[in-house]
Formats: sequence, structure tokens, C-alpha cells
Amino acid sequence: MIENQIDVTLESLVGEVSKMKSDGQRMVTFSCTNIGDGKADIIYHFDKNEVLTNLRLTVDMDKPVPSISGVYFAALLIENEIQDQFDIKFEGLVLDFGRKLYLDDEVTIIPMCNNTKAMKPKK
Amino acid sequence: MARTIIPFGPQHPVLPEPLHVKLVVEDEIVQEAIPALGYVHRGLEKLAEIRDYHQMIQVVERVCGICSNIHSMCYCQGIEEIMGIEVPRRAEYLRTIWSELHRMHSHLLWLGLFADAFGFEALFMQFWRIRERIMDINEATTGSRVITSVNVVGGVRQDLTPEMCSWILSEVDTAVKEIKEIQNTILSDYTVCARTKGVGVLTKEQAYDFGAAGPTLRGSGVASDMRLLKYAAFDKIDFEPIVEPDGDCYARSTVRFRETLQSADLVKQAIAGLPQGDIAAPCKGNPEGEIITRVEQPRGECLYYIKGSGKKFLDRVRIRTPTFANIPPLLAMLPNCELADVPVIILSIDPCISCTER
Repeated sequence: MIENQIDVTLESLVGEVSKMKSDGQRMVTFSCTNIGDGKADIIYHFDKNEVLTNLRLTVDMDKPVPSISGVYFAALLIENEIQDQFDIKFEGLVLDFGRKLYLDDEVTIIPMCNNTKAMKPKK
Repeated sequence: MARTIIPFGPQHPVLPEPLHVKLVVEDEIVQEAIPALGYVHRGLEKLAEIRDYHQMIQVVERVCGICSNIHSMCYCQGIEEIMGIEVPRRAEYLRTIWSELHRMHSHLLWLGLFADAFGFEALFMQFWRIRERIMDINEATTGSRVITSVNVVGGVRQDLTPEMCSWILSEVDTAVKEIKEIQNTILSDYTVCARTKGVGVLTKEQAYDFGAAGPTLRGSGVASDMRLLKYAAFDKIDFEPIVEPDGDCYARSTVRFRETLQSADLVKQAIAGLPQGDIAAPCKGNPEGEIITRVEQPRGECLYYIKGSGKKFLDRVRIRTPTFANIPPLLAMLPNCELADVPVIILSIDPCISCTER
């Protein structure tokens, strides 16, 4: 039911996002959902003239995802949020809060993925 | 020149809610700003695991008090679209009326707070006095001043009588008259202009690149407003986004001021076109599928991503609030400003930490 959806892979993600930027698309946000079996769906939402375009990426939650914060600076807070909530790591984040955007050091359970141990916060 | 790091917040007189910004300053000029969140994060999205999709309406209303009605409207229209429920036209008009009343009282609240931030307490009092008229309408028509709880999946749970509509029109007209009486002060007063013009400039390109939303985006000359998507009754209402080109604190406050008057007009248009009929459609079954739905809140575009799998508990409710989107643009506004202007600039994005820390 999601319109204007393009499937992307880890390899093609940054290239597709760069195309969005060249096309004059505004990055709205992205939505992450745990779909089970250690996988998550990340849907990147872009807007141009009130029309949304969505890039869907399905990832293994234990593998790092390339950060798009180098292309869209505004992605840094969203990527840090997903890192806190889903324990998905992002490579190349321009400002990495080290799983402490929302969470305190003593939190060891990943909030949006029950029974998953959190990575150790950066010192 | 030696660099000093000055913490702004989490407790600060201009912020009723905790937001922390580390300011790197050189000779009282801000060089860099680094935000810190999470002081009051509530994890409301997680509640979708233990609250069914009807109960989630009460949860999303509490994402933010000031725009509670618009949160629940956005959520309900998402669920309705997934389930294929056709909402009665009267309910769509009623939603429009309450959502624009929310925008009015939110902007009036902000205009007062903004005046207070640069030390104009008399102006603060005037805006908040006018705002009470809108709060009284909320209380009289829904039973609550802030969290109105009128939206349900399929429509609304309260109706407006013709007498109520007449009274709302009269109160809105009075509010407009009173707002216009102080228009010159907020838009032309020397102190206001000196503290806001050319301060915290966000160019059109920066606003777009940094993902700004709402009056922050429109104050930088971008005509983006989710009401153009024609949700609720906006397909039958005459509406044009309000845009100011300068990108400074003055432009953002002017957008909000003009939008307050525009919302009054939208309320009047919606009451004039209010059709007869039911106020809610029956809702059977559970949502299955995924949807992205957007509305325009007082602070800007709000996006809900909802995913259900035919159970009463949703798989995912993702809420992107406008203040969360406006934090990166804030980081672009702060460098090269004077330390004394930081509170005014931060307030100029109308930060709602309740929304951000959903």
C-alpha cells in the first residue's frame, strides 16, 4: 500500500540517496521495523512537491548499514535513534552518539527488539 | 581566540522542557552547536506492542499536548486508509475545525513565549489572554482544553450544534479582532525587529537540505504545507501556504502570526461548509498492511508510518514529529550568532520536546 517505492540494497543505498538529493528531494525521515529472523526493514522517505518517494532496504540487524548522513546531514539524528532502538549500526555517521542519544549507559536491553543485548556504549 | 563550551539547557528559562545544546563559543560568538536529547524520552512507539490499535489513539494524543488532536487525526486517517473505512464528510469537517483551532492556540502560545524570550512580557500576556478564547472553545465543544480526545477510527465522537457553531464563529471573530490590535507591536515594534531581523538566518537551500518542516521551512521561502495533500476537508477549503522569504527569526514569527489569522479563516470556512450527516463510520476487524500518512501540525509536517498484520496490536507505529526534523536546521542557524541571541533562535523553531521525546 506504499506508493512510489523503490527497493534498494546495502550497495546501492548511498547512490540512490544521492540521486534523490540531485533530484531536489527533501529527506523527511526513515522508518525502521523489526520484521523477525534478525532482519529489519528501513524505509527512507523523501518529499518533493508533497509527493513521497520511498526507498526500502531490508537488512540483517547484525550487519552495519552505510550512513546517509554524509549526503543528508539531517539523517544523523534518525540513524542515531535507530542505533539506540534497534541496535543497527551505521557506518560513517557524521556525529555518532554511541547508543546514547536516548539511552543511558546502564541500559542493556534494546528497546524495540526484546531479548536483545545492547552493544556497549562508547566511552 | 580561546574556545569555550557553554551548556545551554537542559534547564533554561525560555525552555519549559529539557533540551540541551553544547555551544562552542569564541568571544561570545557561537562557532558550533551540538544537541543532546533523551532527558524525558517516553518510548510511546513501543506501547503499540501492548495497546491495541484503538487504545493507541489515547497514546498518540499524548505525544504532544499542544497538537494532540492533529496527532490522533493523523493516526486515525492512517488506520482508516489501511482498513478501507470511508469517513463521513461531516466528521472530516469537524476534524478540520478542531485541528485549525489547535493550530490557533499553539501559535498564540508560541507568539506569547517568543515575546517573553526577548523580554516583552506585556505582549506575552496579551497573546495568552487571546489564546484563552480558543481554549474555552475546546473545553466547551470537547470537554477538555488540551487533550480533546474527539478522534476515533472512522470519524469523531463529538458533534457541534448550530448554537455551538455560532458561538465559535463569534469567539473566533473576537480573537481575530484582538490579534489584529497587537499586529503592529509584534510585526513593527523597534525592539521586536531589533531582536529578530537578520538573526538566525536559514537560507532556502539550507532549509531544504537540512530537512526543515513547517513554519521553519516556510519562513525560508519554501511553499511546503501538508494541507496541500487535501486530507480531511481541505479538498473543499480555499487554502494557500503562507511563505516568508527572509529565513530569519522575524520571518518565522511572521509566518506563525499570519497562520493564526489564516486558521481563523479556515475554521470559518469549515463551519460554513459543515454538511449534515453521521459523524462516524463503523469499524470492524483489524488493520492489515502498511501506510504512510502525513498532516500539517502547528510546528510542521508530521509523518506516521503504521504497519499491521491483521491483529489488534500493530506491528509498528513510527512517528516523525516536526521538532525532531527542525533540530538539524537549528544547528545550521546557530553558528556565527551572538550568545545573547541563542534563546531567541532556539525558540524560533517552536521546539516541542514532548513531541521530540515521544
